[in-house]
Amino acid sequence: MKTIKTCVTALISALLVFSPVAYADKWSDQFPHIKATGDIPGDCSYESMSKKNYKGKTLKINTHAVPVMGEPTALHAEQFAKLTGAKVDVTHTPAGDLYAKAMVPFQAGQAPYDIVFGFSNFINDWRRYLEPVPKKYVEMKQMKDVTPSHIGVASWDGVMYQFPVDGDRHYLKYRKDVIDNPEYQKQYKEATGKELKVPTTWKEYGEMAAYFNGWDWDGDGEKEYGSAEVMKKDDLMYAAFYSRSAAYSKNPKTPGGFFFDLETMEPLINNPGFVEALTDWVAATKYVPPGGINFGLGDEIGSFGGGQTLFSFSWDDAFVAAMQPDSPINNKVGAAQLPGATKVWNRKTNSWDEGFNQAPFFVWGWAVGVAKKSKEKEMAFDYLCFFANEANHQADIGIGRFGVNPFRNDDFKVDVWTQIGWDKDIAQSYVDTLAQMEQSKNRVFPLRVPGTFEFNAALATAAAKALAGQLSPQAALDEAAKQWEDILNRVGKDNVRKAYAVGVAMEDNKQ
Amino acid sequence: MNFKHKFVFLFPGLFVLIGILIFPIIFTIRLSLSGWNSYTPEMNFIGITNYIRLFTDDPRFWESFFRLSFLSVTTVILQYVIGFALAMMVWREIKFKRFFRVIFLVPMMTTPVIMTVIWRTFFHESLGPVNDLLGGLGVKPILWLSDPVIAKFTVIIVEVWQWTPFMFLLLLAGLLSLPKEPFLAAAIDGASPFRKFVYVTFPLMAPISIGAIIIRLIEASKIMDTVFVLTSGGPGTATETSSFYIYIKGLREFQMGYAATLSFTYLVIMIISLTIIAKVLTKLMIKE
Repeated sequence: MKTIKTCVTALISALLVFSPVAYADKWSDQFPHIKATGDIPGDCSYESMSKKNYKGKTLKINTHAVPVMGEPTALHAEQFAKLTGAKVDVTHTPAGDLYAKAMVPFQAGQAPYDIVFGFSNFINDWRRYLEPVPKKYVEMKQMKDVTPSHIGVASWDGVMYQFPVDGDRHYLKYRKDVIDNPEYQKQYKEATGKELKVPTTWKEYGEMAAYFNGWDWDGDGEKEYGSAEVMKKDDLMYAAFYSRSAAYSKNPKTPGGFFFDLETMEPLINNPGFVEALTDWVAATKYVPPGGINFGLGDEIGSFGGGQTLFSFSWDDAFVAAMQPDSPINNKVGAAQLPGATKVWNRKTNSWDEGFNQAPFFVWGWAVGVAKKSKEKEMAFDYLCFFANEANHQADIGIGRFGVNPFRNDDFKVDVWTQIGWDKDIAQSYVDTLAQMEQSKNRVFPLRVPGTFEFNAALATAAAKALAGQLSPQAALDEAAKQWEDILNRVGKDNVRKAYAVGVAMEDNKQ
Repeated sequence: MNFKHKFVFLFPGLFVLIGILIFPIIFTIRLSLSGWNSYTPEMNFIGITNYIRLFTDDPRFWESFFRLSFLSVTTVILQYVIGFALAMMVWREIKFKRFFRVIFLVPMMTTPVIMTVIWRTFFHESLGPVNDLLGGLGVKPILWLSDPVIAKFTVIIVEVWQWTPFMFLLLLAGLLSLPKEPFLAAAIDGASPFRKFVYVTFPLMAPISIGAIIIRLIEASKIMDTVFVLTSGGPGTATETSSFYIYIKGLREFQMGYAATLSFTYLVIMIISLTIIAKVLTKLMIKE
């Protein structure tokens, strides 16, 4: 009798233990994309979606060009169509045209797309044309795991307009095999009298990058360079500049604005903190690869991911690309917070505050919303929920070219990354970096005000002039500040202040 | 009676003209008097505010216009000289004449955007084959796209490569249509090839040359795709042209009203300057 009891217990236990696996396999057989995890139960899992019937309905999506975000959009569209019977039309659009492609029909009162992909800093311009994410989705288990920073980025005044599918921030990527190499540490010490270590300030970053510039330090027969950065005007370079500026200009002692003084709405971008950052950046043109001054994001990812440079800083994609199994520098890279500075500008006292300062930049990332005028809102939200379900998300974040990056608490666990082949210490440095950014109380969030494009474009043009040697850093930023004043006058100071206050509240940890 | 009938027959053409030419221009003018942008998407009336901004507070537009003038005049002159030389070459009886005529036209038949991507790869300063080749010859890498001066010449190289065939085609057609008698007379008089070119071919080709130059100037002044793909107007604003700047204001920054102001002003300037250029060329090249 005891034996029978034991056998039955063992059988039941085995069924309980293995049933999820068997359940998972059912879907991963059909959809190899999720073979690592199988389906993960949830409101928008493969199993749940298979119970929906959207036969005869068409979902129209405008997304980015393949591969970054365009490839996962198309892949999940195909999966969604198979599961629900819907027809899904996916249009791919270059990054620079995503805004206009949605905005032109929005302004004309039309909705040629049910779902529009764009960047999170479009939110202020787009929100009046987007359907808020329904409560049902906001309260789902998968949404509860999204970090507060990324809930904040997807929301406006407490209302979520963008469905979180991606999480972005800028951080430092470096060649671990060089920085940790005792031979190079000794060589660097002899040459400069300084330690070779992960740089904690932009000055250290510059010194190391300059030292490791223009010679073959990895023995592959090709010259390597100091740093790959996004320096091309109109190709997101303003975001790179804000990353470099945060350490010098985001002073925790002076809340109330990083880009503007919220009280007076005076642009701050030509204060000595920003000028110092631009001066550093102009110096960086000497240690980027030849042609590096024209590097856009794709070039930066390719350059660092291809093993051409010692450092890089921008979105996660370059790091994840470098960690792909086919990368020449797989498991040779490390992640760290953006470098800081040994001084930070205090706009209240009009002087430098001495002491170490560091400020993470929660740069804008991919965002997606459902058009208010869409006739297929329910299907559209189901698609987005399916796109970001646990199984898809875990598979997507491990593929560098997809551009899907961590935004959930679960993503900050080391084993998520070791499971896809990362070395444990690299995975640890990666999740630690991301987690520290989340915990920081001195964060900078992207500018999300009316006229965002004009402000950023004016800044990018001025910074590009400085990088090209057409203007000095101070003159360039004075020019940008003057244009910011003009834009403020056109848009209306109060309009901008009202919108900017939402971002400032996040920066000042009031939200 | 007949007078009214005439108008009835004119109406279809007139409607088409209004629809495709007059209406867009009138709409652009109206848009240019509005403040349409991303935050106030409406055809409000703001008078000549945009024009005041353009003429008093937008040096970037005027810089891009003068840069465009330099680029378009330089490229068209080079295209004319090279195109004329190539046309002269295959005008005569030479071996594989047909083959060369087709080969010379190939660049024009390619897609500008795709070819510019290929040129950008050629000129990539660390990974491109041009600097690799130069390196093999002991020449230091040239900053084809990163140096503000050299980048302009890189744009010129690509434009000349792409559009010289168009000039070649027009000039070859002109050469083939020339009467034979003046050349026979020059041959009887014992004129050298150089004198034949200076005193017979060139003057006879003048009307066609002026037409070809003006057509190319109109096209070159709209240069956008090459700049967009090759340099994005950089480094800094070193290769930014008027049309690229208007594109940035209109479709990147969504300042539709102001972009319309720029477009209309640009149109007026182009009409005036091309009329003057045509007159000057006629005076210089055609002797009564």
